[in-house]
Amino acid sequence: MSVGEQSWKPTIVAFCCNWCSYAGADLAGTSRLQYPATVRIIRVPCSGRVNPQFIVRAFQRGADGVLVAGCHPGDCHYSTGNYYARRRFLLATRFLEYLGIEPGRLWVRWISGSEGHKFATVIKEMSAALERLGPNVKLREGAL
Amino acid sequence: MKRVGVFLCWCGSNIAATVDVPALAEYAAKLPNVVYVEQNKYTCSEPGQEQIRKAIAEHRLNRVVVAACSPRMHETTFRRTLASASLNPYLLEMANVREHCSWVHQDRAEATAKARALVRRAVAKVQLARPLFQSSIPVNRRALVIGGGIAGIQAALDIADSGHKVVLVEREPTIGGRMAQLDKTFPTLDCSSCILTPKMVDAAQHENIQLWTYSEVEEVGGYVGNFQVKIRRRATSINASACTGCGACWEKCPAKTGNEFDLGLGQRKAIYVPFPQAVPNKPVIDRDLCIYFKTGRCRICQRFCTAGAVEFEQQDVVVEETFGAIVAATGFEQFDHAVYGEYGYGKHPDVITGLHLERLISASGPSDGKVKRPSNGAVPETVVFVQCVGSRDEAKGVSYCSRACCMYTAKHAIMLHEKIPGVSTFVFYIDVRAAGKGYEEFYARAQELGAQYVRGRVARVYQRGDKLVVMGEDTLLGAKVQVEADLVVLATAMTARHDAQSLARTLGISYDQNGFFTEAHPKLRPVETNTAGIFLAGACQGPKDIPDTVAQGTAAAAKVNNLFAKENLLAEPTVATVNEAWCSGCLWCKPTCPYRAIDSKTISQRQVGKILTRQVATVNAGLCQGCGACTVACRTGAMNLLGFSNEQILAEVDAICP
Repeated sequence: MSVGEQSWKPTIVAFCCNWCSYAGADLAGTSRLQYPATVRIIRVPCSGRVNPQFIVRAFQRGADGVLVAGCHPGDCHYSTGNYYARRRFLLATRFLEYLGIEPGRLWVRWISGSEGHKFATVIKEMSAALERLGPNVKLREGAL
Repeated sequence: MKRVGVFLCWCGSNIAATVDVPALAEYAAKLPNVVYVEQNKYTCSEPGQEQIRKAIAEHRLNRVVVAACSPRMHETTFRRTLASASLNPYLLEMANVREHCSWVHQDRAEATAKARALVRRAVAKVQLARPLFQSSIPVNRRALVIGGGIAGIQAALDIADSGHKVVLVEREPTIGGRMAQLDKTFPTLDCSSCILTPKMVDAAQHENIQLWTYSEVEEVGGYVGNFQVKIRRRATSINASACTGCGACWEKCPAKTGNEFDLGLGQRKAIYVPFPQAVPNKPVIDRDLCIYFKTGRCRICQRFCTAGAVEFEQQDVVVEETFGAIVAATGFEQFDHAVYGEYGYGKHPDVITGLHLERLISASGPSDGKVKRPSNGAVPETVVFVQCVGSRDEAKGVSYCSRACCMYTAKHAIMLHEKIPGVSTFVFYIDVRAAGKGYEEFYARAQELGAQYVRGRVARVYQRGDKLVVMGEDTLLGAKVQVEADLVVLATAMTARHDAQSLARTLGISYDQNGFFTEAHPKLRPVETNTAGIFLAGACQGPKDIPDTVAQGTAAAAKVNNLFAKENLLAEPTVATVNEAWCSGCLWCKPTCPYRAIDSKTISQRQVGKILTRQVATVNAGLCQGCGACTVACRTGAMNLLGFSNEQILAEVDAICP
């Protein structure tokens, strides 16, 4: 990667469930853990609330990566929401692949309310991975 | 016409140091429908809230965005502010520019750019917000307390004393829990039984408490104010109202095993009461041990029972009851220290745990209060205590401190010095943690009486003749230490119950990485869980000593009483809703709902002059918890979630992307 390209920073849209992952991101904040300013969080009640349509829309609007974060399996505040999320995203990843979007642009992670550290680590890792992948141009409006 | 007001909080310097708030204000003013922007040093303070109220009135705001801390922190605060300004509280949206921005980034330009996106998102979402109204649900003023240890007893008594009915469920044949096994309690050396047993009796005799021992919670449904709970009442094989507790049955019973209450140091029969002060003081038959249940012959107990109370044909009964609130007080287990093979537990009978020593010291214990070596019955002359067996040891045990062990070891040392004149005691420790009222003084007393504290871990315990050689290190002197001991007492860690996770799932509450139930907030909501109406008390939430456990039991009861002070509860209005015009009646949503809140109904429609009837989905707002799983399952998009609608989330995505 040339020096000029290094100024480019990816944009990550993160759907975080209110009970675990949003709280985990809050904990990263209260613990003052630093991570790249690439991520922007949308609060949803549950990872099971995330419609694959939202993800496609994020890619259309120029997101370079989408993170769906929920409670650990078995810990869902609504008991089963993250199981729905898990099944849906197995399908969504294949659908995105069909659309030509690299599967590495959609991450699904289980981050509990006590895992501020994990939240920060996931954002660091995901930012680095997206920097390697480069900007998302496939579905992006006006990008063709 | 949407009129949005944006209030930007500096949070002192918490936000303003990293995010350029004045520049953000300029930016926000240009966003669609934003008619008013204001900055505050502390928006959550009373003057800050007053500014919001003033601006709502003066600028006729009908939507409010607060860019400040996490909504998990202050959403409720600002919703109240809106309500006090006669604006529907659900017309608020918060942008989290503190926890998710200023605290986690350092570059001012980057953080400010991100804050712009976060405010943009909030403004976009709030445009589509609709006024929502809380619905009210009746509260069933009856509490379920799970676990009959001191935490559960305390909670049950406090709820019952407030005039509410309580069912206290205990898995064992008696209430009392761990505290009943203890001899004396630190730092006052009160006799444990003397302070516990009166409470046990109070609980059993209280007119508002139903005591269900030998019972377990199997299923929990419903929601705060209306939990439906299935409880299995195991067959005791005894007719409790006929039994007089005379004891003839267990005198004559021929089947014996190690008594769990005495940790196997004493024996019990197949028909037994766990200990003489048990409440209820009626025996149960251990069907795995009972000769009659194994071979079909014996019935000796029945023959000797003059009251005719033995009923072999009893069956388990599963009852379904309704409760308004639940207190989980299921306690702890002892760490399985068999992993410390080098300490020789199981190999040398004279290596015991702290709880074993409690039973040996106890006047009602298997040795009638005489401390004897389990191997040969001799009075020990040298006793070594090993601290932190399992605790604070990530490699073999758990990383946390079990909190009570330093103090109970000091207690054991004091009691041995009082009971056995001339005894030598050594305590191998990492740190002594004596934080608590009167604790440090108590620890000093143990040292004054002669307990020798050696700072260091024990490497190995092995047998030489009839002595145990304890090899350790004194890290303060930097020297190896070797002690010839008669008795080695391990202070084993307190761990979560092995089945705590399965109970957590049944209750729908969360647990931490160690299996302890998680409180809603570690400081501000210590006895609540994230599931409304379920509260925690005692060591099921984390290791703690008796004073803290009792305090938590009372605290949980106070929370239950708060809940029961109201006739009706207000339910969150952020629930699923069906657009009947779009609903095709496929009911794919129905099986996705974990709360059984979705049902079908038939509607009539007039279409081209004819009346048509068809099936659509309908949501019970009292049952719906607002997870939104159904909205994604809906093929036509007829199912939507109030407060997190499809349109709102799409608008957020549009606004948040570059």
